[in-house]
Amino acid sequence: MVSQLIGKYYRTGSLPHIWCPGCGNGIILRAIVKAIDNLGLNQDDVCVVSGIGCSSRASGYLDFNTVHTTHGRALAFATGIKFANPDLHVIVITGDGDSAAIGGNHLIHTARRNIDITTIVFNNNIYGMTGGQYSPTTPTGEKGTTAPYGNIDANFDLCELAKAAGATYVSRSTIYGANMIINQVEEGIKNKGFSFIETISICPTYYGRKNKKGNAVDMINQLKEMSINKTAYDKLSKEKRNGKIVVGELHKSQRTEYTEEYEKIIQSF
Amino acid sequence: MDTFVKEKINIEKELCKGCGICVSFCPKNVLTIKNEKVHIKEIDSCIKCGLCELRCPDYAIYLGGK
Repeated sequence: MVSQLIGKYYRTGSLPHIWCPGCGNGIILRAIVKAIDNLGLNQDDVCVVSGIGCSSRASGYLDFNTVHTTHGRALAFATGIKFANPDLHVIVITGDGDSAAIGGNHLIHTARRNIDITTIVFNNNIYGMTGGQYSPTTPTGEKGTTAPYGNIDANFDLCELAKAAGATYVSRSTIYGANMIINQVEEGIKNKGFSFIETISICPTYYGRKNKKGNAVDMINQLKEMSINKTAYDKLSKEKRNGKIVVGELHKSQRTEYTEEYEKIIQSF
Repeated sequence: MDTFVKEKINIEKELCKGCGICVSFCPKNVLTIKNEKVHIKEIDSCIKCGLCELRCPDYAIYLGGK
């Protein structure tokens, strides 16, 4: 038996899922489903699109219209789906490697277009599925299987990237504050335009072990210590800002939505 | 209020992977891990806050039923 929520929105026959013990992805996925339940959306009116990676296995467990696409191209497929049927609530589930490395170009152009898609990035700071290679969000100096002496690259701030590219709703949360994820996904779905929600997850198997971060509980406690609300962060001195994870609603604006503009072109003939 | 009283903790052992997240974040220390699965240690202390369900990555523990 599973809870009412899981029973209604999951393909329960495929549980238990493939994610490792202590992986944060399951927490985020439940939060997304809870947000959809809170909004009372019809299951047939929701389309979940995912790419490739640990996070992207999520679409297979959900009982909506779901598409599991190619690596990095979830947003490209989602754009097509939204164009073909603008009434659908299109939700993209993607990972940090999927959205920032392989699909980085799709991310900036989907944000530029401001198409009504809600994107949720499961950021676990590493490529989990392929064996722990460092990703664009692995913090500088941290280790991966392809960076055994520490990563020398600067890590991406995905929220800043999405904001600069033109997303109209940008927010960040961690799996410690799972209720915040629920609120942000609700806001993201309600926003008429491109919504970008970065959720900080944990990978105890690769990232945790490689960097001696301890077990899943230790890693969640570290997220708790490191995360700080945006208003409190803005008041901090420059030295104290180092190593903090800024959570909360980071950006909100209004701009014309892409499918609406396209509809105007169609109507003009 | 009525539904609140009726709810109890349910554990689905087949889904539990024994990560211990629910045990650590339970504010009342109700749960424990035995043989790599979650068990209820002290049900009388449970305040039915639902934090275990909120943070269980494997959907193995939840509030519901009677």
